[in-house]
Amino acid sequence: MAELKLPVGEGAIRELNVGDYVELSGRMITGRDAAHKWLIEGRREDVVPYLEGSVIYHCGPVVRHNPDDSWDFVAAGPTTSIREEPYQADVIARYGLRGVIGKGGMGPKTLDGLMKSGAVYLHAIGGAAQVLARAVKRVERVFMLEEFGVPEALWVIQVERFPVMVTMDSHGGSLHDEVEQASGRRLRELVGLEP
Amino acid sequence: MLSRDEFEATFVELIRRASTRLPDDVVEAIRRGRELEEEGSLAQKALDTILMNVDLARDQSAPICQDTGTPVVFVRHPAEVSTRMLSACFEAAVRTATSKQFLRPNAVDTLTGRNTGTGAGRGIPFMHFDEWDEPAVEVRMILKGGGSENVGTQYKLPESRLRAGRDLEGVRRVVLDAVVQAQGKGCAPGVLGVCIGGDRVSAFAESKLQILRPLGDVNPNPELAALEARLLDEGNQLGVGPMGFGGKTTLLGVKIGVLDRLPACYFVTVTYMCWADRRAAVRIGEGGEVQWLS
Repeated sequence: MAELKLPVGEGAIRELNVGDYVELSGRMITGRDAAHKWLIEGRREDVVPYLEGSVIYHCGPVVRHNPDDSWDFVAAGPTTSIREEPYQADVIARYGLRGVIGKGGMGPKTLDGLMKSGAVYLHAIGGAAQVLARAVKRVERVFMLEEFGVPEALWVIQVERFPVMVTMDSHGGSLHDEVEQASGRRLRELVGLEP
Repeated sequence: MLSRDEFEATFVELIRRASTRLPDDVVEAIRRGRELEEEGSLAQKALDTILMNVDLARDQSAPICQDTGTPVVFVRHPAEVSTRMLSACFEAAVRTATSKQFLRPNAVDTLTGRNTGTGAGRGIPFMHFDEWDEPAVEVRMILKGGGSENVGTQYKLPESRLRAGRDLEGVRRVVLDAVVQAQGKGCAPGVLGVCIGGDRVSAFAESKLQILRPLGDVNPNPELAALEARLLDEGNQLGVGPMGFGGKTTLLGVKIGVLDRLPACYFVTVTYMCWADRRAAVRIGEGGEVQWLS
């Protein structure tokens, strides 16, 4: 098991392979559907320092707003990543991201982008909102809360030992492709169709 | 019966239970799956994390999953109890549960993109009412997450790609295909609610009703009971595994309902419920006694 400190350089990312279990510590940012569209429509200078060398987490959390105006993550598992397929590779390249955390994996355009930019796709356990919220130690700030609402805002968070699995690496490997092909073959066997 | 305030408070508790406590039969099915997975595999690690998460959520009375879904609610009520009153009380309960963080504000104005902020919106929660002869009100609900809702699907038979005809063998073929299409994106291991027949309105509702059945419930129709068992077994041979990491635990249950159809139509409708199969039910007696059914 590897521990990865954020921000991280390209070298450490290139060492990761499909099947590795990794724990992340440091600063990351959440962003999902509205955020990706927004990030690609222009260069959002305010957000650049939080993206460069770090990872974006596909997550729409449940948050608590405290009386002292601070925020806590109450539940924070990953959302399905494939919806960001049209944007992800460009967001990675434009903002210098080293990784993406989500669930369900992504497609060929993102896989290609991971290879070119030196980044990885990290799979968090879908639905494990309590385990993952406990790894979020602090909410630093939030972007676009008014405009996008709680689930879609970009939350800057400090995490400790945030557990993820590498399912797409920077060498063209994708666990999702492997499983999809193998399960498709098994289906054709079960129903007696030509391979 | 209960007062409006009491109905609302009971519904808030119902929602809290649904969001924070995974039913025992579902936890048991995940445990059984965990024992089948290879020691040290990603599949086993995923199921271990899920089981840890289920305990944490219950202990802390916090949502199992941050996507607290759409409340899909089936109500049975006597003639004397107003559906408009029950519907207003449940919607108020959704707002309260959202302010208490049992639910995420999960309703987005589709045209403006603005989150309503309250958890309630046009068509959310979804409620279905049936009048019955009993004096009690029974409310059964699921919290239906969006990731798994996106992999739900509907087939029209015959379907040539899978050589699926208008019979139970055809149903078997398309349901297995739905599991392969879903991969891990619906948060496998999942529970399938299937409706054979019906139309494009009724079939999805029936497939949701099937999700309310406990996993151990055996279909009263022996042919469908056999198909449910076979699809569960074959679904788990597909190797999709927890989260789509590969492995032996792809499905936790398959439940099948039937509606009559038009001569021209033969739909097979599949609702995919994620492993966070959040069901809850309550029965409110004539004298206002509250009985939790899960």
